[in-house]
Amino acid sequence: MPEERIVGIDLGTTNSLVAYMEGSQPVVIPGVDGSNLVPSIVALDVVDPNAETHARSVTVGNSARRALIEHPEHAIYSVKRLMGRGLEDVEEELKLFPFRLADDIEPGEVLRIRLGELHFTPSEISAYILRQLKRNAERYFGAEVRKAVITVPAYFNDAQRQATRDAGRMAGLDVLRLVNEPTAAALAYGLDRSKEGVIAVYDLGGGTFDISILKLNDGIFEVIATNGDTHLGGDDIDNLLLAVALDEIRNEHNVDLRQQTEFSSGAIQALRKAVIEAKIALSTEAVAKLDIELPGGNRYQREIPREVYEQLIQPVIARTAGPCRQALTDAGVKPEQIEELVLVGGSTRIPAVRKLVDEIFALSARGKTPHTELNPDEVVALGAAVQASILAGSSTTTDELLLLDVTPLSLGIEALGGVVAKIIQRNSTIPASATEHFTTGVDGQTNVAIHVLQGERELAADCRSLARFDLKGIPPMTAGLPRIEVKLLIDANGILQVTAREQRSGTEAQIEVKPTYGLTDEQVETMILDSFDHAETDFEARQLIEARLEADTILAAVEKAPAHPAWQLISEEEKSRIEAARLHLEATKPAGDLHAIRAATTALDHATRNFAEKMMDAAVSGAMRGKTMQSAGDDLGQEIHAPHPFAKADIDDSQLPNTGSTKIEPAPRTEENPEEDQQ
Amino acid sequence: MSIVSTTSAPAACWACNAAPNAVLAQSPLLCPACGKVQPVSNSDYFQVFGLDRKLGLDTATLEREFHRLSRRLHPDRFARASAEEQQMSLANTALLNDAYRTLRDPIQRTEYMLKLEGLEIGEEHAGKGKSADRQPPPDLLEEVFELNMQLEEMRMNQKIGENDPALQADLTGARGKFESLLAEVDSDLAASGNTWDSGDRLTRENAAKDMAALLDRRRYLRNLLRDVNQVLSTAAA
Repeated sequence: MPEERIVGIDLGTTNSLVAYMEGSQPVVIPGVDGSNLVPSIVALDVVDPNAETHARSVTVGNSARRALIEHPEHAIYSVKRLMGRGLEDVEEELKLFPFRLADDIEPGEVLRIRLGELHFTPSEISAYILRQLKRNAERYFGAEVRKAVITVPAYFNDAQRQATRDAGRMAGLDVLRLVNEPTAAALAYGLDRSKEGVIAVYDLGGGTFDISILKLNDGIFEVIATNGDTHLGGDDIDNLLLAVALDEIRNEHNVDLRQQTEFSSGAIQALRKAVIEAKIALSTEAVAKLDIELPGGNRYQREIPREVYEQLIQPVIARTAGPCRQALTDAGVKPEQIEELVLVGGSTRIPAVRKLVDEIFALSARGKTPHTELNPDEVVALGAAVQASILAGSSTTTDELLLLDVTPLSLGIEALGGVVAKIIQRNSTIPASATEHFTTGVDGQTNVAIHVLQGERELAADCRSLARFDLKGIPPMTAGLPRIEVKLLIDANGILQVTAREQRSGTEAQIEVKPTYGLTDEQVETMILDSFDHAETDFEARQLIEARLEADTILAAVEKAPAHPAWQLISEEEKSRIEAARLHLEATKPAGDLHAIRAATTALDHATRNFAEKMMDAAVSGAMRGKTMQSAGDDLGQEIHAPHPFAKADIDDSQLPNTGSTKIEPAPRTEENPEEDQQ
Repeated sequence: MSIVSTTSAPAACWACNAAPNAVLAQSPLLCPACGKVQPVSNSDYFQVFGLDRKLGLDTATLEREFHRLSRRLHPDRFARASAEEQQMSLANTALLNDAYRTLRDPIQRTEYMLKLEGLEIGEEHAGKGKSADRQPPPDLLEEVFELNMQLEEMRMNQKIGENDPALQADLTGARGKFESLLAEVDSDLAASGNTWDSGDRLTRENAAKDMAALLDRRRYLRNLLRDVNQVLSTAAA
């Protein structure tokens, strides 16, 4: 058997990717639909209640997107925001995101998310995404994949890291290493060993922000400081634009989508899709237009000039400046000493973000430009693949590379009076360890309780509780006599390990570490995704089964297509092309040729792509009109209000498409041929 | 943090049975014969780098050695090794990192060495509550008293939103003075360090006591400067 492949995975807030090292270059592995990005959306399929044989099935990625609009109560996105969190941490998130949590979660418990009638932990949802990536890789290699490196935001705490590692295990992956995302990006850029000097990585993604400062020296990537915010990203911009739009719709048309729960959930998701498209357009265009049909037939039309948009998002992106300055201070370097700056994450495409980065690091003033050669959406996954190759020891390209990362947060122990005694300072190179000694306060005491925290604040109440544990089995002695040595070690994944020993008697004190927001090993075991219970011995057979299932799914969808109104919108020629591809797949499926089935499935998928788009548009406008929506108990927060209204759009009604679909069109950059838009 | 100051006799290599390093100048974390990672030892931070217990050290050399040892010891190099070796790699890399972090900084290095020599410094010093670094150095009593008065006045002003440029100028002047005092302490520390490195037993004992006192003074000055900087930066904002 050839060397076992280790893949690199970027488990992102918005999109996830899997990559591996092909020879001396890392490459992203595309999914069935040919796309490198798998949207981090998970939907529980709506099962026909009459068909009892149907097991529950879960859809991930692009195909789950539609469920988000048609059956929002069955779908979830941005679950990364909930990883390793407790109820009291996510209050703010719940106001802004349509997360539906189980009703009976106690404070201090791991969150459970409702999808339809079922409950899932955030790790389980992430496991479904990971399983999809694993399958994509297995499809690509034609061999099983069991080992992976997964990236996490550098500023993730212990609980968030553990939750990520648990997700890997649930997906049937042996997670060899958790790598910090900005560090991974640096690896992807730094394959060339000759690079030397101090660099910074600015990573603004969908939901998290990280800044890392590294020293490069002969293949050693030494992180000297990192900082960030695990709740800051493109999502926040989307929520802001959405809030502005919702306020305006309420004020202008007297339609409060936040209140009308009967269909608001789907409508809000459709509106969300529209503002995201506007946001993306505004990175390259001077103006974006919103034109949306509202319930009752009115239209919400707006023109958003880039200046207005930039003013609006300024407070969000300004929040990245503080962590940058702190990281520079901690690293003991001045902005001018940063020789190269790498931009990572989709949100760094926003010109205003680039401008801010340029100011903070005085780039253009020094005649420098930031590195954007690698696709900011892919660079983290590529770096994860490089780290996977380092661990595999299989490539001469990565032979001499070594990553020395740091812990982003200080580790402390609660002392008398609720004060935190810091024992491992933030930005310490990991693995890092500290030894502490404890004793008893009462004669004959056999237990000592210890509370470990993470964070920079002085008081335990302001830090993140990591774990409480009891040192048990201390031999009874006079108070103050026992000497219990507790060793705390942060491993190379940034995860804490604890061992303890009573030194006078030499007995190993028993420790029960109760993670404050974590799952126990037993819980993780029970959550391992069902398909891995019966670990497949015959990989080929499983591949064939999966390929046929994929074929069945698409065939079933195509079967129903002519009944859909969108069918009328496509040409006869397209219809016959779809029919030909459908017949071809029908014919190929029964034979046992895996590759032929896959090829035929892909062909049918391509043939129907345009139709699927049309169907999607119809779904969006349907949701807007509140026709297809059933009930949805979603409650979008009232807290954020629009600081500025958008400018009134100057939209000529005669130019409107008459299909009633939602359209966001960037204004044409030049007035080359305005007639073209006319119907 | 507690330091294990005893050095147990290292055992022979688990992999090739070779005798451990007889010579210093080599890290005990790796077998000199076969290069295999060794079970974590009670080595002190100086021994980790194969260094004599001296305060004067070249940080550039230390960094090179840190990188060289990291390449050999880091868990990334043991992803395919046995569980035992992985555990040794993890423990030894943690020790290496802790050692490097402590030794590269002259102040931490001095504090660590004094602890190895059995001196109590910092908060553990002088029992509970009134540790030496909380007391103003006797020669600075007057200045510290005046500075604290000015700080108090400035804080009051800031609370009620008043601005006293003369007071601010005084504080800025005081900051300069205390900064130069701090620099003096640092150069005294370096001098005592040299004395320690080259002296006999008695000289060393005295130098160690001097350094312990200097470290207390330094900590006091630093806390004071932190307060002044805080008040002045509030004024600037």
